[in-house]
Amino acid sequence: MIGLHHYLVVSAVLFALGMFAIITRKNGVAILMGIELVLNAANLNFVAFSRYVWGGLTGQVFAIFVIMLAAAEAAVMLAIVIAVYDRFQSIDVDRVDSLKG
Amino acid sequence: MPVITDNIASLGYATPELVLAGFFLFILLADLVFTRNRGQMACTLAILGLAMTLLVTLRLYPAGERLLFAKMMAIDPFALFFKIFFVGSTAVIVLLSPATAYIPRTRQGEYYAFLLAITLGMSLLASAADLVMIVLALEMVSVTSYLLAGFMKEQAASAEAALKYAIYGAVATGTMVYGMSLLYGITGTTNLYEMPQAIARGGAAPLALFVAVLLVLVGFGYKIAAVPFHMWAPDVYEGAPTPVTALLSVGPKAAGFAVLIRFFYAALAVPAGPGRWNPVADIDWPLLVAVISAVTMTVGNLIAINQSNLKRLLAYSAIAHAGYILMGFVLLNGQGLYAMLFYLIVYAFMNLGAFLVVIALAGPLRSEELKDYAGLASRTAFPAVAMAVFLFSLTGIPPLAGFVGKFYLFAALIEAGRAWLWLAVVGVLNSVISLYYYARIVKAMFLEKGPSGRLTVASAHQVLIAALLIPTVLLGIYWAPVARFTDYSLRLLGPLAR
Repeated sequence: MIGLHHYLVVSAVLFALGMFAIITRKNGVAILMGIELVLNAANLNFVAFSRYVWGGLTGQVFAIFVIMLAAAEAAVMLAIVIAVYDRFQSIDVDRVDSLKG
Repeated sequence: MPVITDNIASLGYATPELVLAGFFLFILLADLVFTRNRGQMACTLAILGLAMTLLVTLRLYPAGERLLFAKMMAIDPFALFFKIFFVGSTAVIVLLSPATAYIPRTRQGEYYAFLLAITLGMSLLASAADLVMIVLALEMVSVTSYLLAGFMKEQAASAEAALKYAIYGAVATGTMVYGMSLLYGITGTTNLYEMPQAIARGGAAPLALFVAVLLVLVGFGYKIAAVPFHMWAPDVYEGAPTPVTALLSVGPKAAGFAVLIRFFYAALAVPAGPGRWNPVADIDWPLLVAVISAVTMTVGNLIAINQSNLKRLLAYSAIAHAGYILMGFVLLNGQGLYAMLFYLIVYAFMNLGAFLVVIALAGPLRSEELKDYAGLASRTAFPAVAMAVFLFSLTGIPPLAGFVGKFYLFAALIEAGRAWLWLAVVGVLNSVISLYYYARIVKAMFLEKGPSGRLTVASAHQVLIAALLIPTVLLGIYWAPVARFTDYSLRLLGPLAR
C-alpha cells in the first residue's frame, strides 16, 4: 500500500537530486533543470499532503500556481542564457566570471 | 478583523495594485502605438502612474485593517506604509533615468513598464497574507529584477549579472517553496493568520517545523541579501545598470523586510501582551535571525573595506545595512519593529542619495571607480559635498538622519535587556568599521589631488540630489512627524496591533 511516506521520500530525493544538479553542473541550462526538480519536489509534497492528510484543494491549487511560476521563470532564464551566450560564446557558468571581488 | 470574501468587493481595496497594473499595460501599449518621443512619453506615463498610485494608497487609510480576496491579501497601515515607500523609491529612479545614458533609446518604454511592474510586485508582497500570495509576489519582484539587471544586455557585465541573479534567485525560491510545502503539511493551512492556532492544535514536531522555517528563511534572506544568501548581491549590483542597482538596494530589500515581518510575527509568533510576542511552539527563531544579523553586518563591512568599485562598495554597504535592520527584528516587541521601519525610511533617503551621486557623476566622469573620484570636490563641489553627507549618514554620525535611525535600533536592543547586549556591541563595532571605508571615499574626494577640469552634472540630477539631501539632514534634527507616521504604520492586522 502506497501512503504519504512514500511520496515524501520520493519528494525528498527529488529535492536532493535537484540541489545536487545545481551545485555540480556547469551548464546554465542544466542548472535550470535542477531548479525545476526542486520546484517539482515541492509540488509533489503539496499534492501528497493535500490528498493524504488535509483534504480540500489548497495544496493542489498551490501546486498549479508553482507549475505556472516555474514556466515563467524558465522563459526568463532561457532568454538570459541566450543573452549570455551572445556575449561570452558559452553558457558554462565558470567562464561567465568577469565580475569578481 | 473584517474579512472580505467577495472578489469584486475586494477590488475596491486593491486600488494601488490595479492602478499600477493598468499603467504597466498602458505604457507597453503606448510604446507600440506611438513612434516619436517614446522614451519621454513612457517616463511621463510612469510618473503619472506612480502619482495616481500614491493618491489611491492615501485614500485607503480610512479603510482600517482588512483581509481581502478570501484572506489572500491584507490591507492595513503596515502594508500602506510599504506601498508609499515603494512608490517613492521607484519615483526617484524614474525621475533620474532620463538624464542618464544607461538605457538604450529603443527600449525605454519597456524599462519604465518594468519599473512599474516591480513596484506592483513589491506592493503585493507587502500585503501578502497567504503563502501562495507570498510566492507569487516574490516571484513577480524577482523575475522583473532579473530582466532589469540584464537590461543592458549588449554589455557582458549586465548579461552576467542577470544570469547570476536568476540562478541564485531561482534556487532560493525553489528552496523556499519546498519549505512552504512542509509548512503546509505540518499545519494544514497556507494562511499566515491561521498558522499559530494550527501549530498549537496539531502539536507539530518542533524539529520538522524548524526545518520548514529554515527553508522558507532562505527565500526571504536572499531577498534582503543577508549572509549567507548574499553572494549574488555584489556581482548583480556592479553589473546591472546603476539606476536599477539603486532600486534593487532599496525597494526589493524593503519588500523582503515587509514579508519577513508579516510572516514571522503573524505565523510564527503569538502575542504576549501589548506590543510583545513569544515565538510559537518555542522555536528559537529570534536567536537564529540574531546570528544571521551579526554575521551579515560583519561580513558586509569587512569585505567593503577592500573594494575599489563604488557600486560594489555600496553593494557590500547595503548588505551590512540589512544586518543592522535585522537587529530590530529579533526583539519580538513593538519597539524593535518601530526601529526597523524608521531605519528603512532613513536608509532609503541616504542610500538612494549615494547611488544618485554615483549615477550623476558616471556621465561626466565616465567612471564608477573610487580612484577616479580623487580631487572631485574641486571639480564639482555640490555632488561631492552631498556624497559626503550621505556617506556620513550611512555611518550614523550625528546630526544626520542615519544617527537617529541607528539610535532607535540600539536603544531598542539595550532596553530589551542583557540577552541582546552582545548584538548591540557587534552593531556598534561594525559602525566603527564602516566609518573607515565611507571616510576613504570622502578623503579621496576632498583631500587627494586628481586631474583638473570642471565637471558639469545634469541639472535634473542636481535637483534630485538636493531633494534627497534635505531629508537626510532634516531628519537628523527634527523627526517627530516621521516617527508618528512610523508608529501609526505598526498597527498590523489583529494580533500584531501594537
